[in-house]
Amino acid sequence: MSENINLTLKVWRQNGPDDKGHLGTYKAKDISTDMSFLEMLDVVNEQLTVEGKDPIAFDHDCREGICGMCGTVVNGLAHGPEPATTLCQLHMRHFKDGDTIVIEPWRARPFKIIRDLVVDRSSFDDIIQAGGYVSVNTGQAPEANSIPISQEKAELAMDAAACIGCGACAAACPNASAMLFVSAKISQLALLPQGRPEAARRALGMAKAMDECGFGNCSNERECEAVCPKEIKITNIARFNREFLKASFVSPQA
Amino acid sequence: MMIYPAIHYTMGGLWVDYNLMSTIPGLFVLGEANFSDHGSNRLGASALMQGLADGYFVIPYTIGGYLAGTVLPEVNEAHPAFEDSTKLVNEGIDKLLSIKGDRTVDDFHKELGHILWEYGGMSRNEIGMLKAKELIPELREQFWENVMVTGSPGEFNQTLERAGRVADFLEFSELLVEDGVSREESCGCHFNEAFQTEEHEAQRDDDSCSYVAAWEFRGTGKAPALHKEPLVFENVELAQRSYK
Ligand code: FES
Repeated sequence: MSENINLTLKVWRQNGPDDKGHLGTYKAKDISTDMSFLEMLDVVNEQLTVEGKDPIAFDHDCREGICGMCGTVVNGLAHGPEPATTLCQLHMRHFKDGDTIVIEPWRARPFKIIRDLVVDRSSFDDIIQAGGYVSVNTGQAPEANSIPISQEKAELAMDAAACIGCGACAAACPNASAMLFVSAKISQLALLPQGRPEAARRALGMAKAMDECGFGNCSNERECEAVCPKEIKITNIARFNREFLKASFVSPQA
Repeated sequence: MMIYPAIHYTMGGLWVDYNLMSTIPGLFVLGEANFSDHGSNRLGASALMQGLADGYFVIPYTIGGYLAGTVLPEVNEAHPAFEDSTKLVNEGIDKLLSIKGDRTVDDFHKELGHILWEYGGMSRNEIGMLKAKELIPELREQFWENVMVTGSPGEFNQTLERAGRVADFLEFSELLVEDGVSREESCGCHFNEAFQTEEHEAQRDDDSCSYVAAWEFRGTGKAPALHKEPLVFENVELAQRSYK
């Protein structure tokens, strides 16, 4: 049954990367427990706008858990308290009347704050551009049945491909490591025959881009796996390490 | 859990030729941004299907022909087209911020959504659609007189971003309804209550409505021009839809 609850929000406000920033306190009144977390923020923003105040900036797009745009740290947890759930899919029924909710942006050095809860995740794009793709020749596409792929491989690749690139992994990691993200992108391609020709270049290129962006390395904390809304497994990180090692031995680029 | 029918997509997109090139030479439109693969209804998972079909099977064939036959001179931001569009966008932004009205962007967005839901939704009729055609321009006028957009230009301003989108929706939704009125049949997702079989299935009029409507924008508030692209079926026979 839906009911209405009242909440106190403590929200990180920061006008830009150079602003100092502070936690602002806001009341969220009469919030239906059927609302999603982002809809609750919409209500608060509508109120702030009417009062002539600056609404809280936050990222979102699909609001159905598939695009990777949303995400903040809610009460210390990336994407909030529910496992395997993006922030947009988190509903207010998981909160109680009178609760205080602390909302902060992703924290990792490469994720510079743009405004309030919005961070710049273009470092992830840089990493993808360094190899997270398969080159396709112009002309005829290959006949589909000429490339057999085992069911087991296809499933593993599919699981890795579930990564939506939201950045929760890096935000939750004490080292601000992006290894879970990068390893998912590497795995989804390395597991398939179409990804093999460029596998070595990809592993080396993406690892280098990741370092250059300023992400830390993995020390098996597994915080990433715990907060990942798509339940990407850290076995992907092991696969990335193997790919990287293999590539370092054989590639002249290493 | 409450389950109810809802509109999940609007079909259509930018017009493209068989090579996926739009009316602007050199501008190719792929995936669901173009109109080409959906009919009057959209099937589930079509986004992936069309992304793959266009990206993996069509464009590798067709773009080569364009590139080979084209001289591409160097372009830079000094080109007048850049200046013109920068000016146009800045004017739009200044306009939105200068109105300082007392209704929020979301409030307008919701009202527009309500109009479309009521009068241009899954089950429509002419009276309703004509009503929407009256209501939308009125709302658009109110928007440009009374919208409240906070913040300033040149900063990260999500309210301004939303205002720009709602301004677009206010233009486009009128076309959506116009298209619905003009098609005197029921077909796929366009269910005009006046055209149904005894079993309440969509009743098409294949003799006069077997075409894709490509609408030409002629300015806000001006009647768009309809270009009909005939649909010719060589290998399938058109039949009545039945879920039985
Ligand atoms: S808004 Fe797209 S995943 Fe949350």
